[in-house]
Amino acid sequence: MAPAPTSTSSAVTLHVNGEKYPLSVDHRTTLLDALRERLDLTGTKKGCDQGQCGACTVLIDGRRAVACLQLAVAAEGREITTVEGLAEGERLHPVQQAFLDLDGYQCGYCTPGQICSAVAVIEEHAAGWPSAVTGDVRPEAGVPPLTAEEIRERMSGNLCRCGAYVNIVEAVARAAGARAARTGGSAA
Amino acid sequence: MTTLATPAVKGSVGTAHTRVEGRDKVTGAARYAGEIPFADLAHGWLVLSTVARGRIRSVADADVLAMPGVLAVLHHGYAPRVSTDYTGILGGPPDPTAAVFQDDRVPHHGWPVALVVAETPEQAREAAEALVVTYAREPHDTELSGDRPDAYAVESGPGPAVAEKGDLEAELAASAIVVDAEYTTPEEHHNPMEPHAATARWDGGRLEVVDSNQGTGWVAAELAQMFSLDPSAVRVRSEHVGGGFGSKGLRAHQVAAVMAATVLQRPVRVVLTRRQMFSLAGHRSPTVQRVRLGADPDGRLRALEHRSVNRTSTVYEFVESAAGPARVMYDAAAHHTANRVVRLDAPSPTWMRAPGEAPGSFALESALDELAEKTGVDPIELRVRNEPERGPVSGLPFGGRNLIACFREGARRFGWAERDPRPGVRRDGRWLLGTGTAAASFPALALPSTAAVTAEADGTFTVRINAADIGTGARTALTLIAADALHTAPDRVRVRIGDSDFGQAWIAGGSGGTRSWGWAVTAAAEELRQRLAPGAGIPPEGITVRSDTTEAVGALAQKERHSFGAQFAEVAVDTATGEVRVRRMLGIFAAGRIVNPLTARNQFVGGMVWGISMALHEEAVRDRASGGHYGADLAGYHVATHADVPRVEADWIDDTDPDDPVGIKGIGEIGVVGAAAAVANAVWHATGVRHRSLPIRPDRVLQAGAPRA
Amino acid sequence: MREFAYQRAHDTAGAVALLGADPQARFLGGGTNLVDLMKTGVERPARLVDVRALPLDRIEPTRDGGLRIGATVTNGDLAAHPEVRRRYPALAQAVLAGASGQLRNMATVGGNLLQRTRCGYFTDVTQPCNKRVPGSGCPAIEGEHHNHAILGASGHCVAVHPSDMGVALAAFDAVVTYETADGPGELPLADLYLPVGDTPHLETALPAGALITGVTLPPAPVAAVSRYRKVRERASYAFAIGSVAAALDVRDGTVHDVRLALGAVASRPWRARAAERALRGAPADAGTFAAAADAELAAAEPLPHNGYKVTLMRNLVVAVLTELAEEAAR
Repeated sequence: MAPAPTSTSSAVTLHVNGEKYPLSVDHRTTLLDALRERLDLTGTKKGCDQGQCGACTVLIDGRRAVACLQLAVAAEGREITTVEGLAEGERLHPVQQAFLDLDGYQCGYCTPGQICSAVAVIEEHAAGWPSAVTGDVRPEAGVPPLTAEEIRERMSGNLCRCGAYVNIVEAVARAAGARAARTGGSAA
Repeated sequence: MTTLATPAVKGSVGTAHTRVEGRDKVTGAARYAGEIPFADLAHGWLVLSTVARGRIRSVADADVLAMPGVLAVLHHGYAPRVSTDYTGILGGPPDPTAAVFQDDRVPHHGWPVALVVAETPEQAREAAEALVVTYAREPHDTELSGDRPDAYAVESGPGPAVAEKGDLEAELAASAIVVDAEYTTPEEHHNPMEPHAATARWDGGRLEVVDSNQGTGWVAAELAQMFSLDPSAVRVRSEHVGGGFGSKGLRAHQVAAVMAATVLQRPVRVVLTRRQMFSLAGHRSPTVQRVRLGADPDGRLRALEHRSVNRTSTVYEFVESAAGPARVMYDAAAHHTANRVVRLDAPSPTWMRAPGEAPGSFALESALDELAEKTGVDPIELRVRNEPERGPVSGLPFGGRNLIACFREGARRFGWAERDPRPGVRRDGRWLLGTGTAAASFPALALPSTAAVTAEADGTFTVRINAADIGTGARTALTLIAADALHTAPDRVRVRIGDSDFGQAWIAGGSGGTRSWGWAVTAAAEELRQRLAPGAGIPPEGITVRSDTTEAVGALAQKERHSFGAQFAEVAVDTATGEVRVRRMLGIFAAGRIVNPLTARNQFVGGMVWGISMALHEEAVRDRASGGHYGADLAGYHVATHADVPRVEADWIDDTDPDDPVGIKGIGEIGVVGAAAAVANAVWHATGVRHRSLPIRPDRVLQAGAPRA
Repeated sequence: MREFAYQRAHDTAGAVALLGADPQARFLGGGTNLVDLMKTGVERPARLVDVRALPLDRIEPTRDGGLRIGATVTNGDLAAHPEVRRRYPALAQAVLAGASGQLRNMATVGGNLLQRTRCGYFTDVTQPCNKRVPGSGCPAIEGEHHNHAILGASGHCVAVHPSDMGVALAAFDAVVTYETADGPGELPLADLYLPVGDTPHLETALPAGALITGVTLPPAPVAAVSRYRKVRERASYAFAIGSVAAALDVRDGTVHDVRLALGAVASRPWRARAAERALRGAPADAGTFAAAADAELAAAEPLPHNGYKVTLMRNLVVAVLTELAEEAAR
């Protein structure tokens, strides 16, 4: 039975970083606001609240998405991973470690979004997804090497106003290379 | 009691060090202003005017007060009174835009007219959008042009508004070569990734504000003045700041939050939306600049004129001193510079990364390139021939001027010697290729600051200084500076910043933060080290030494103190589509001693990325009919993305400042300076077409027509 | 944003029934456009029917060699799908040229077709706009319009359709299928968008309450050699100021078959039929390509500040067709 159509809030259970969070949400509440204001998971940042900067990038069912345009009520039942869910205990995710080591940030505000996006970029590439700068998108052409140009295009949904792009691209390349070395695949 | 057994360690300054707060930033643990939890928090949402000039006729607050969760509606008919009768940190009156809800006057589109406070952000937003405000509208004017008769000189910028020596017309007449051109730069916005956010609350008679700003002392002092409070009754904290670039001082949202917290007697948070930031966070004014250069056939300048006019609001005078760089860079027998403003019905501009120098260097360094073209002198050689001995206007000696060394090193690394000076002759598929160069300079500032350094009983050290790390790496740089001054390792030093209770210190601004703070930290740390006799015990409360650099900084000899740099860019232009892509950039800087090469390089490169963004993308479009913005968001206002930024390299030459205890000059802004000119000059070299209006958008490239060569 | 009710639909008929013909209700797909418009106050629905969980998320080859794309397929999955990339490479390229990786993972095919213009007057509720408030006026005509329409606009609205995907779908004769309370229906994409005229607020020919269920691409061997080129004001993550989707089949130096559609020039993806007519049977050379572009752009009515688009589109058509001719010759 569907809820009464006049109700403007719902009881939902959000699955975030492997934890279940039952809560009642105003339907207007975005996933971003639910994370930040209700679950105190403030690592996901609000840069524009309009899908125009990428600072709120999270993984939903393993795919990157902007949390500001995702209604919390519509995220029920989906597996959400935020920047807080990437490290294993004290051990940083390789993407986080590369950002830290290569100074892939300045003010840090776009950083969680950049990192979540990069984690997904590496997976999308490994899955053979082409990009707008992939010369030949036909499947017969194979997976394009993850060049700096490919990384830049794939990461372009994450603005960094400090202009730390050069170091971010290096960090993504390093983490992608490490993943490829682990799995026997090829990053570049 | 424990004993101090620290081995003497030096050499942290100059060695790459990852950010001390880096782990918090990559894990999401670093909390920014809007993320600190408060019990019983209420949320405020600003309502901005929808007319560009007029008076508020009515505010239908009763309707909104009946909406779910709404706690209060502040507006000019219901708000605490504040004072603007004081002197701000720049030595002039404050921008009254921050003194919200004091009268019914609306001086620009997007002026704050009300604050709606509710239990949740959703309720506050809905109520704010529902609030009906009516206006008595008056005709407005927002259009800046170079020939406005109402432009006037105002003596509140850095340096005099007008500086003239020599007979300009006579020297121009005697010049074999004359460049006479008008350059324009558009309205630009800082757009730090973290929107402005503040939470205010009263804690037993003391005002506490958790904020995102470039100087908690700055904001605390202004709030104390506005609300007529004793300075000690205001505490402002700002630990992590998601970028500022000049926009994060005292703004409307902090004052509105304090008002609401006062009225409701509970904590109130006000966060600006991205769209609101376009009206309330300040911006870089558009400029219209005319440059006239007169030179002998060998390129030596006889005449230099640089006149700039910028837009300011009707409530505040802000000078975008674009003619300033000419007073440092080049001399001529006749040397005229002037900065003028026009008061228009638009928001107040403010400092934005490299204020004056960023737009001014675009015009001046483009004009130099035009002179190089006309004289046939290589652009670098042209600058060599025009190196001044002393400050062209001040007559003062330079406190280090390694500009030509930057050009020589840059030219070597960029491959400048192989460059064919002819425009429009290199092609790579659909792309025409070109290279360009430009000079950069930015003042090296030191301002009085205080610091406290404590030797803790456990053998570690705590530095307390009211510095701000807005992404600059200041926290880490100060750790390294303190470690060297204490002869210890950086991991034994804890630096605490961003708290007005730590005492007076300069802001993160003017590229003078790390230098000013580093000076104070060094002074306190060195004295502490001397006080800690080897083997002597430290009491449980530690031993604290405080410093105040007011006297030492005041004793600095008068000199032309600047950082310098040389910018190089290679671009590709598709004249069929108007697309311009930067292929590579190199900047070589002489900017004092580099404290942390890892973060410094990042910051120089970041500035150069701003230059790319300024050259090709950034332009806030003001709608003439409404006086408001068209497309006031990050889809309408383009900043460079990853895909726009190629291999950008920055490096430096040794340029230790002997007059600074650490050798620092300052690096925060010079990366932007000259970068847009280098790109524009490269576009000319690629196409033979000179672009004198930024940004160089595809439509402008297409309208400029086919390549000349 | 006003308060609203939310319901999740689990099957197509249920979704249509939940919406009813309530003008205050909207289908919610990926939300990348609708939620944004709700935040800016352009859309103020009283009810959302979430259709993202509907079983419309598959891409299936049709028996005749085309493709059937479900309405809730995300842009990300669409561009990654091997059959899309093999049979209609320009469609994959168009999707990849749009928005960002994050947004492509959220946005759906059905929602993409129904997205609203990004005209800055339309998205700012403090401004007049005939599309948002019929009869209130169009400030773009006298104001900022450097990225507005040059084809098919009217004195009432000069906004452009922002979709990249739609341009490729238009080139490949896509057919939109939908479900209503009275049963299913279909519309060629060419007929989906209504002429602007004096009713810019009426955007599509879909019956009230209709739910787009998918898009069918008829077989198009010509599409195997196809390309999408997009020009924008930065290298990525920006809407087009001009784009071209083209497919070209050259035999013995003559254009045997061609598909051409233009983006960011009109209120809808613009199928360039006049250009196609000029191309078919003509020699595949630069002269033909330019003449074809001119034939299409003869109808252009630029405003004072968007005349560059005529030059841009002419150059872009010639450039893309030239590249395709070279590719075909290899």
